Amino acid sequence: MSGIDPIVLFFLLGLVAGLGRSDLRLPGSIYEFLSVILLLAIGLKGGAELARQSLGALLPQIFAVILMGALLPLVAYPLLRSLGRLKRADAASIAAHYGSVSVGTYAVAVAWLVAREIPYEEYMPLMLVLLEMPAIVVGIMLARGVSSQTDWKELAHEVFLGKSIVLLVGGLLIGWAAGPEALKPVGGLFFGLFHGVLALFLLEMGLVAAGQVGSLRRHGLFLAAFGILFPLFGATVGASLGWLFELSTGGITLLAVLAASASYIAVPAAMRLALPEANPTLSLTASLGVTFPFNILVGIPLYHRLAETLSQLGG
Amino acid sequence: MQADARKLVTIVTEAALERRLVDDLKRLGAHGYTISDARGEGSRGARSAGWDASSNIRVEIVCDATIAAKISGHLRKHYYDHYAMILFFSDVGVLRPEKF
Repeated sequence: MSGIDPIVLFFLLGLVAGLGRSDLRLPGSIYEFLSVILLLAIGLKGGAELARQSLGALLPQIFAVILMGALLPLVAYPLLRSLGRLKRADAASIAAHYGSVSVGTYAVAVAWLVAREIPYEEYMPLMLVLLEMPAIVVGIMLARGVSSQTDWKELAHEVFLGKSIVLLVGGLLIGWAAGPEALKPVGGLFFGLFHGVLALFLLEMGLVAAGQVGSLRRHGLFLAAFGILFPLFGATVGASLGWLFELSTGGITLLAVLAASASYIAVPAAMRLALPEANPTLSLTASLGVTFPFNILVGIPLYHRLAETLSQLGG
Repeated sequence: MQADARKLVTIVTEAALERRLVDDLKRLGAHGYTISDARGEGSRGARSAGWDASSNIRVEIVCDATIAAKISGHLRKHYYDHYAMILFFSDVGVLRPEKF
């Protein structure tokens, strides 16, 4: 078994315990605490690196990544409507989930790269933040049309002041303002414990994913197929973009992972308020029950291989 | 001991609604409320409170019968169709009626 990431094994432990109806569960406050550390750690690391970059040079990448976040749901939506025969609100909501990103998947991908000593552009958390939002706006427009009655002010509050964005952006800003040297005293908690915290987080995610299996059985094959095939398409788009911007192999992998992942925190909360008629079970079954495990277990190594192939092409 | 009659309105619903619900309650005349985390199972499936999207809250409001009726009417109109939500009343006695 050597060579398998322990964090992946923690996820499997949670999955098996959940499927076996074990009474194991982490208290909600512990899960929240783990998320806070992960989000801040990712933000701080990215911010510290941003302090070394000129933002101007990153502008084309920033623009392209936002565009990608808006375009992915536009590809997903017609597929969900025609092949999945889903209702308009359901298709729009799922499309938004897949245009946005999963911080958990990103964290696992970073841990995967670090374990293999593969370097990557450490400002990637900036892209993570940027990708959270455009898909939500596109999803709502797909469901309601442009002249919608959506309360954009409330939605903006939900999106920009949602806890994951506050922690990620807050971490980025603190890291950027403080710089890598000044972060050392707090590094023990945020960087030293990162893998342990991630392992516990994935244990909980395994339990949560196991909880989605029942609805997967009810909602059928289409969601399972979409939950695997669309991330593969997204990864190809993300990796191509990374290649165009001449990122390192690790950077291409991370951009592929971001494009392949589907949100399960920020977007569900926003959709619940903005598109209440969309059934949250459908989108969560796909993003948490199918895509998250697929990306963790199979996707990340696959996207890295894709990144390697592209890097060699460029090279 | 003399106690004044009031209604206790209990709402169990999705945590995602918390902020919006609190705004509604204040606007409808509730003087205060108590929110606690909750978990359980109903027609919308098990809500285990393990993570955000499956969290429930229980909101309790002590108020007079008029405001209780206003709250239930508003919630029925705006939330019942699309959200996991139940609401029930009970009669309670309070000692400091001016608070409610």
